[in-house]
Amino acid sequence: MITVYILCLVLFSVGLYCILRKRNLIKIIIGIGIMEYAVNLFFILSGYRTEGRSPIFASDQAIKNMVDPLPQAIVSTLIVIGLSLTLLIISIAIRIYEKYGTFDITRINKLKG
Amino acid sequence: MNLIPFLIVIPLAAAFFIPLVGKRIKISGDIISIAATISLSGISIFLASLIATQKVLMFEVGKWAAPMGISMVVDGFSVFMLVIVNSIAFLVALYSTGYIKKYTDTWKFYTLFMLMVGGMNGVLIAGDLFNMYVALEIAAIAGYALVAFGIDAEGLEASFKYAVMGAVGSSFMLMGIALLYSYTSTLNMADMANVIANKGASKIILFVSALFIMGFGLKAALVPFHAWLPDAHSSAPTPISAMLSGVLIKVLGIYALSRIFFNIFGMTPKISMILIGLAVISMVVAGILAFGQYDIKRLLAYSSISQIGYIALGLGIATPLSIMGALFHLFNHSISKSLLFLNAGAIESSMGTRDLRKMTGVLARSPVIGYTNLIGAMSISGIPPLGGFWSKIIIIFACIQADRPVLAFIAIAVSILTLGYYFKAVTPVLFGSKGTHLDNKSKPITVTMAVPMVILAILSVVSVLLLLPNTGRSFLDGAIAVLVKGAIR
Repeated sequence: MITVYILCLVLFSVGLYCILRKRNLIKIIIGIGIMEYAVNLFFILSGYRTEGRSPIFASDQAIKNMVDPLPQAIVSTLIVIGLSLTLLIISIAIRIYEKYGTFDITRINKLKG
Repeated sequence: MNLIPFLIVIPLAAAFFIPLVGKRIKISGDIISIAATISLSGISIFLASLIATQKVLMFEVGKWAAPMGISMVVDGFSVFMLVIVNSIAFLVALYSTGYIKKYTDTWKFYTLFMLMVGGMNGVLIAGDLFNMYVALEIAAIAGYALVAFGIDAEGLEASFKYAVMGAVGSSFMLMGIALLYSYTSTLNMADMANVIANKGASKIILFVSALFIMGFGLKAALVPFHAWLPDAHSSAPTPISAMLSGVLIKVLGIYALSRIFFNIFGMTPKISMILIGLAVISMVVAGILAFGQYDIKRLLAYSSISQIGYIALGLGIATPLSIMGALFHLFNHSISKSLLFLNAGAIESSMGTRDLRKMTGVLARSPVIGYTNLIGAMSISGIPPLGGFWSKIIIIFACIQADRPVLAFIAIAVSILTLGYYFKAVTPVLFGSKGTHLDNKSKPITVTMAVPMVILAILSVVSVLLLLPNTGRSFLDGAIAVLVKGAIR
């Protein structure tokens, strides 16, 4: 189980690295996406129980070990938020390309000080 | 009838109806947004009068009881912020009707504006952490879009920077919320506070605190996380700059931070030290950087970072007196900084420039802009009869009372610095001779732009009434009482 958490952290770090080090706007946006999915995965993992079943009540089944459904509901909200953010940033990036003629972040530097 | 849900329903409904009719009828955006914000301010002032007797108001969504269901909670602190946010939103909406004419598709502006107000109200009345996060994202995403509203090169660049940094900050926040949920198995803030008090402090709380300081510190623009603010606040359309600097950074940053650290975790000496450190760096660094600015809106943006430092300093010391100073400074700063940004917009649209070196003789050209700008600058830099002086001196006294003379010295030094950069920038602009080279561009401002500025100027003169008993003291005391519960004992 601990391996999965470590892989989740690695995914988060890959996203963060991508945002910090890449110079292309689109790659930065992809980095944001990776980071969001790492957090979503972490949320899902926090509700995971080994050998757990879905938390649906049925009369003929004894409920022993259930997966926590709340993180799953939360993550579906988070995916929508992430989608709207990605859409907005991509449309801004397209407009930036129209104005500056480049996706290179080091050449988009009209604001200083 | 419970009025709390209307704080979210009204702005979201307005944001829904404006696009429906806005394309056909040009003026509908103005009318709907002014009507919505004025009713929101009415509701929040009414709630403030209820809070004076009842302390806490609650609304349970769908009648599900508190720890399981979603609850909306209004207490002294939220109502204090609600009144500020909604009244400033009303004044800014009024101002926008005159200012926004230079853009096409104004209905899009009002839609995003109402979404932003709805998001901020959602943050203020959320009873659990996840709803707070969702509302915060609504306000922030509307903010990113509004910064880029002009579709000019600077606005787009600033908006991209703001959006990327905001997304990173949000991810850290969310990581913190996930960790906290797995530690306490609840999301309700009051319940979470109980669970943490029973379980006792552990290392995970420290880690979560670090994540939250990173996330909310970024939204509040404390100095290591401030890089987006001067760009975003100076490139946005002016009414939005006033909203961002006046209330958004306080709601998304300071309010959320103090909710978590005072009411969920309880203030500890470690957190207090970190907050004070960030606050001092913000005050000093942003104060020095402001000296080099010649763009009027950039100067105001740096000044915002510096003043947010004062608020964080007051919250960091966490004695009742310093919390009072911090909240009172928050009140004064939101009024006078919105006023100064609205002035900057009026100057810009009447003179056609934002460069401080090119403008002169504002007082002679337009007494309304000139005198209100003078009052705003005097209030922020702390000239005695105005509100800003009292809040700064309360924070300085609180430093001395908490036996931290070095902090008091820094606070005094930064307040002199503030005075310095405002008067370096403002005096020649206001009192200079009425130049001739700008006359062909100069045009008078409309009444709807003048009225909000005059109201804000009057408010920043009379804001000292909040300190006097019988006038507004119970309003301020209600907010202080909520935070003092979580202060260091």
